[in-house]
Amino acid sequence: MSLERSDVDKIAQLARLEIAENDVPEVARNLSNILDLVAQMDSVNTDDVEPMAHPLEMAQRLRDDVVTEKDRRDQFQTVAPQVENGLYLVPKVIE
Amino acid sequence: MQWEVVIGLEIHAQLATKSKIFSGASTAYGAAPNTQACAVDLGLPGVLPVLNKEAVRMAVKFGLANDCEITRRSVFARKNYFYPDLPKGYQISQFELPIVAKGHLEIELEDGSSKTVGITRAHLEEDAGKSLHEDFHGMTGIDLNRAGTPLLEIVSEPDMRSAKEAVAYMKKIHSLVQYLEICDGNMQEGSFRCDANVSVRLKGDEEFGTRTELKNINSFRFVERAINFEVERQIDVIEGGGAVVQETRLYDPDKGETRAMRSKEEAFDYRYFPDPDLLPVEIDDDYIESVRITLPELPNAKQQRFVTEYGIKPEDAATLTSSRVLADYYEATVKASEDAKLAANWVIGELLGALNKDGRELSDSPILPEMLGGIIIRIKDNTISGKIAKQVFTAMWEGEGDADSIIEAKGLKQVTDSGAIEKIIDEVLANNPKQIADYKAGKEKMLGFFVGQVMKASQGKANPGQVNQLLKQKLQE
Repeated sequence: MSLERSDVDKIAQLARLEIAENDVPEVARNLSNILDLVAQMDSVNTDDVEPMAHPLEMAQRLRDDVVTEKDRRDQFQTVAPQVENGLYLVPKVIE
Repeated sequence: MQWEVVIGLEIHAQLATKSKIFSGASTAYGAAPNTQACAVDLGLPGVLPVLNKEAVRMAVKFGLANDCEITRRSVFARKNYFYPDLPKGYQISQFELPIVAKGHLEIELEDGSSKTVGITRAHLEEDAGKSLHEDFHGMTGIDLNRAGTPLLEIVSEPDMRSAKEAVAYMKKIHSLVQYLEICDGNMQEGSFRCDANVSVRLKGDEEFGTRTELKNINSFRFVERAINFEVERQIDVIEGGGAVVQETRLYDPDKGETRAMRSKEEAFDYRYFPDPDLLPVEIDDDYIESVRITLPELPNAKQQRFVTEYGIKPEDAATLTSSRVLADYYEATVKASEDAKLAANWVIGELLGALNKDGRELSDSPILPEMLGGIIIRIKDNTISGKIAKQVFTAMWEGEGDADSIIEAKGLKQVTDSGAIEKIIDEVLANNPKQIADYKAGKEKMLGFFVGQVMKASQGKANPGQVNQLLKQKLQE
């Protein structure tokens, strides 16, 4: 399977990655190789195999519904680029 | 052309847990911004989500109440999109294997008929934070207190055929989640909100028309208006020779219209995949049974019991069971008053009326069931008439005390002493000779006039039955 330039652009956009113009052909080639590998795996007959959601053969452990976290806002906000009135400030987003 | 409307709803119910779905941060509403957003909620590197036991139990409880299949091995998935109110860059949700699968629910329609609506699935997921777009010098402020709050997304089949049916379904789910005590149902605080998928097709067509999705509607009234507007819009588009575009639309309550938010082409490509941070959730029969025995009496069963046990009208029973708090209030009033029918009349008539007038919730009613029961007891033992009882109710609503102290303080005790009533009657008769003549001349309806005058003279306190009887005797003399 070979990906077009437009496919790479779309994937990059979804992942918010910037890919230099002259790197696109190589990225397309690499991604296509991955998809070829997936296609190869897809050709194996898995009729009798249970779908696997996780490689560990365990069930999810659950926690009791108890509040255990304290307010550590000040500490967390020391690494934020910009805060105001306790809010994290980010470039304007409006849908 | 005859159009048929097709509606499916996705309801987000915030689960009433103390802590978040994957972290030990508090879910309490109204805290100062970001004081309840811990490292897990912020998506800081190196954190691991651990699922809240109570959120699982609540989801299973909902499933069992609606005859849904419970998935024995359900899986959490990442729904990927970039938005600052979701700091990880993905929302943990469920995709292929939701915890609750197919079930159904009965809804009652205005004409008294009922209808079964299919439930496709209900899955657990985390809520996102809040974006504040005002007053930050062109920037957006982010409060992540809500991030990680547990949600149950309940998806219906496209079984509803009008906005009214959609509202009936939404109200039913709203009542049910409160009965089950899994969601507080507070729509102002966003604990219960809804997206509607709406399409139209020619009556008799097998295939569905192209649908639009109306986002984030947070009141019953808006759901009805938004759907009705959207249906008209789609029909206009088609009848004008156009085609409905599959898109997400927002309802603007101020303008009463829906407008395009994003088209199918611009739709997010979520690239779901199983979340490697979370293992599959396993649920066995013993667990399911342990949850099943905690199910409360559900609205339909309660409604039937009210009719048979209390002998009240089915429509009154429906009103009284519309919410669990109201049903509990009614039953407490019955207990306090020992009169189920009067209790029904007073709860539905006076109490709901007063709450509605003051825009109050039942939970902050100034009149408790025992107090309302106290009024009814005094009606039954003839201390006060039904009319005076309304005065007592009003005084009680204003916080003037219990029934007996109000009756005492205002001197509202009914006059049953025939001597005292006769005295008033004599005065009234003496002042109205012309009316007596009319009555004696055959105008029997003058009796009503005299009763009215006597009641007025007694300030409503005379026992109406006695007044009637004594008046008739006197007028025949």
